[in-house]
Amino acid sequence: MASELIDKYMRPEHLPHIWCPGCGNGIIMRDVAQAIENLGLDHDKVVIVSGIGCSSRAAGYMDFNTIHTTHGRAIAFATGIKLANPELNVIVLAGDGDISAIGGNHLIHAARRNIGITVVVFNNNIYGMTGGQYSPTTPRGEKGTTAPYGNIDRSFDIAGLAYGAGASFAARGSVYHVQQTISYIQQGISHKGFSIIDVADICPTYYGRKNKKGSAVDMMKYQRDNAVMQDKAVTMTAEELKGKVVIGVLAQVNYPEFTKEYQKIIDRLGREAEERERS
Amino acid sequence: MGKTVLMQGNEAVVEGAIAAGMRFYAGYPITPSTEIAEQSAVRLPQVGGKFIQMEDEISSMAATIGASAAGVKAMTASSGPGFSLKQENLGYACITEIPCVVVDVQRSGPSTGLPTSPSQADVMQAKWGTHGDHPVIALSPSSVRETYDLIIRAFNLSEKYRTPVIFLMDEIVGHLREGIEIPDPKDIEIINRPVKKFAKQNGLPYHVEEGEWVPTMLPFGKGQRYHITGLAHSESGFPTNDNATAGKLVRRLIDKVEKNLDDIVTYEEVMCEDADVAVVCFGGTARAAQSAIEQAREKGIKAGMFRPITVWPFPGKQLEALSKKVKRIVVAEHNDGQMLLEVQRVVKNNCKVDFVGKIDGSVLTPPVILSKIEEE
Amino acid sequence: MSEAKKTTTKKAAATKATTVKVADANKKTKMEIRLTGSGGQGVILATIILAEAGIEAGKHVAQSQAYGPEARGGSCKAEVIIDEKPIGFTKVEKPTFFMALTQKALNQYAPGLSKSCIVLLDDTLETPECLLSNKVYKAPILESAVKEVGKAMTANIVAVGAINAILNLVSDEELHRAVMSHVPKGTEELNEKALQVGMKLIKK
Repeated sequence: MASELIDKYMRPEHLPHIWCPGCGNGIIMRDVAQAIENLGLDHDKVVIVSGIGCSSRAAGYMDFNTIHTTHGRAIAFATGIKLANPELNVIVLAGDGDISAIGGNHLIHAARRNIGITVVVFNNNIYGMTGGQYSPTTPRGEKGTTAPYGNIDRSFDIAGLAYGAGASFAARGSVYHVQQTISYIQQGISHKGFSIIDVADICPTYYGRKNKKGSAVDMMKYQRDNAVMQDKAVTMTAEELKGKVVIGVLAQVNYPEFTKEYQKIIDRLGREAEERERS
Repeated sequence: MGKTVLMQGNEAVVEGAIAAGMRFYAGYPITPSTEIAEQSAVRLPQVGGKFIQMEDEISSMAATIGASAAGVKAMTASSGPGFSLKQENLGYACITEIPCVVVDVQRSGPSTGLPTSPSQADVMQAKWGTHGDHPVIALSPSSVRETYDLIIRAFNLSEKYRTPVIFLMDEIVGHLREGIEIPDPKDIEIINRPVKKFAKQNGLPYHVEEGEWVPTMLPFGKGQRYHITGLAHSESGFPTNDNATAGKLVRRLIDKVEKNLDDIVTYEEVMCEDADVAVVCFGGTARAAQSAIEQAREKGIKAGMFRPITVWPFPGKQLEALSKKVKRIVVAEHNDGQMLLEVQRVVKNNCKVDFVGKIDGSVLTPPVILSKIEEE
Repeated sequence: MSEAKKTTTKKAAATKATTVKVADANKKTKMEIRLTGSGGQGVILATIILAEAGIEAGKHVAQSQAYGPEARGGSCKAEVIIDEKPIGFTKVEKPTFFMALTQKALNQYAPGLSKSCIVLLDDTLETPECLLSNKVYKAPILESAVKEVGKAMTANIVAVGAINAILNLVSDEELHRAVMSHVPKGTEELNEKALQVGMKLIKK
C-alpha cells in the first residue's frame, strides 16, 4: 500500500515534492522505499546520499539519515560514510548528468574499488533542474536546449559503463517496470559490493516536450512497448536494439568488497601488534 | 614529555592528527604534501582508522566530509592545484557545519608552477577560495614541534565550532626535519563535537541553544534520522528559500568565528617590547625572520617579530596595538603581498608598512629580510 | 578565558618549545652541513642520519633537502644544521661543511663555498679552480663502498662515517645508534661495516 509506505519511509511534512506533473522520479523514489521495506532494513542504518539535480531532492523526502551533497560528488561522500561506518546501508540517488558527467570519475572509481554502496540512477536523458540541456545519456540526434540542432554526442550506457569499470552488480529498470525495478534495487542492496541500478526515467516537461514524445502516459507506454529483457537483448544486433529499453540484470559477480578488505588489514595489524607484545 | 625524536613536518601533521583523534583520511598524491598521505596510509590502520586514496582531490574532500558525518574525525591534505579542487566541498563543509581538517602544504603557482618549491601564496585562497560568504579558520605552524600541537588545535577548533579548519603549511616546514618531544597523551587537550540526541525523531538538527554558537551533532546511524543539505536551510536542516532564514544562517556561520576571536586567535610576539621595527610573517618564513631580527639586534636595531599563528581569523586587534608602538612594520612572506593587504587594512596610518616577498620559488633568507629591516 | 591570558599561554608554549636545552649560546657551535651527489646515492638519508645523531647527542637539528626532478637521477642536495642552541632559519646559508660525490654536483655548488668551509670529495673528482676551501679531504668513498663493504649503495653510510671522523659531531655510539635506526632490517651488519670503513677513511 502506497500510503503506508509513505507514512513509514517518507517525510510527509516535506511533501508534495518539487517534481513536475508526470515526472518519473516519484516512482523510482517509491521503488527504493519498497525495496528497503521488502528487505526489512533497520530504518536508522540506512543512509541516503544524493548530489544535485531534480532526482537528488529525493533524499530530503525520504525518512532516513539523508545527505544532499554537491553536484556529481554523491558517490564520493557515500564512500567516506561507508568506509567510516561499514555497517550502514548507503544508497546513492542520482540523475544521469550528476552520475555520469560531472560525477563520472567518481562512478568508475567506486565501481573499480567495489565498495559496498548502491547507486540508483534516475536516468531521464536530460538536465531537468536547469531546464532541459542535453546530458550524457541523451540519444544521438535528440534535442535539448543546448543541442538545438540535435545532439551529435554519443550517449552513455551507464549500467554498462559501471560494469566495465568493475561494478559487481549492474541492472537496468524503468519507471514502467515497477516490480522488476524494485527487485533489482533489492538485489543491489543485498549484494556485497558496488551495485548500480540504472532506471529509465521519464521527463515529459523537458525531454518529452523538446523531442515530441507526447504525454507522460505516452512516454510510459513507450517503455512498455519497447522493453526488451536483458537475456534477449544479448542476442540482438545494435540495429535491432535501437530505441529499445533494455531491462534486467546485466551482471552479478563476486569480488572482494572494499571496506571488508580494509577491515582485514586493520585486523591483521592488530594481531601482529599483539604478537609483538607477547614476544 | 617523552624522548626527542626526529620528525618531518608532514609526519608531525599525521602524528598530531592521530593524537587529536583523527581516524579517517582521504587524499590524492601531490607534492609537497604526499608524505601526509603516505604516513596516514601506514599509521591509520594501526590504530583502527581508515585511509583511502581517492580518484582526485574533489572526492577526497567529499569522502572526508562523509566520514565526519558518520562520526569519525577526518582529514585530507593537498597542495597547490589540489587545494584549488578542494574549494567546492570546503564550502559544503562550511554550510553543513561538518567538522574536518584540510591541510594545504603550499607550493609555488599559479597552476602547476614550481611543484617542489616553497610558497605562501594561498593566504587569500584559504579565506576566499570557496564561493560565498563563509567562516574561515586557518592555522599556520613555523616548526615541526608547533605543527604537532597546532594540528591538534585545528581538530579541536573544527569540532568545537563545527567548521572546516585549514592547516596552512608551507614546504619549508612540511619538508623540514627537526627533533620534537612527543607530549604524553594525557597532557593533550582534546575537544569533541557537541553530540546530543534531538528532542524527537527528525527534530531540529541545526537548532542552536541559547548562549551557544553551534548546534549539537549526532552522527549518521545513531538512531536519529535527519537531513543535511548544502542548500540554505532552516534549523530543521531542510532547504528554505526564505531570505530571513538564509540570512540568519550565514550570519551565524560567520559570527561563530568572528565573535569568538578571543578564543580562536593566537599569535606570537618576539622581542616586540621595545621594538622600533616589527617583522610580520607566518609559517616557515618566521624562521628566517627570527634569524634576521637577531642579526638586526646585534647591529643595534631594535627589531621584533609578530607572527599570526591563526592566519585567519587574523590577529588584527593585536597587530593594531603593536602598530601604535613601533615606527615601522616589515611584512615578509613567500608571495607578492597577500598578508600585506590585511596588515595594511589593520595598521592604516599608524606606522609605515614595508614589504619583502618571494615569488620565484626560492627561499626568503635572513639577509634579505635584514636588509629590508635596515632600509629607511 | 581572557584574551591576554590566552595569548600569553600560547606564547609561553611556543617559547618553551624552542628554548629547551639551551646549553650554550656560543655561535661557533653551529654546523651547517651540505651534502651533494646524484639522486639515488642516498645523500638525503645521510643528512637524516646526521640529524638523528645530533638528537642522540642532545643537540638542535634542522634537516631539509632540495626535492624535485633531481630525485630521479640529477644532482641532489641535502642539508642539516646542528647547533647547541635553537635554530632559526632552517636552510644552510654558509656551509661549514660540504661534501660532493659527483663532479656535476661539485661544479654546481663549489662556487658558493667559503675558505673556511671544510670539504670532503670522493677521490675520483677533480677539484675545480673556483673551490676556495683551505681544507679539502679526498677519500675513496664510492670505491670503498663497492670494494670493501661490497655494496655500492652503502656509499652514503661510508660518507656518514667519514664526515663524523672529520667533524667529531657526535660520539661513535651515538652515530651507530643513528645509523641503525634508519637502515632497513636485515642490513644492519652491512651498514655497520660501511660505517667502520667510512670512519677509517679519515686519518686522525
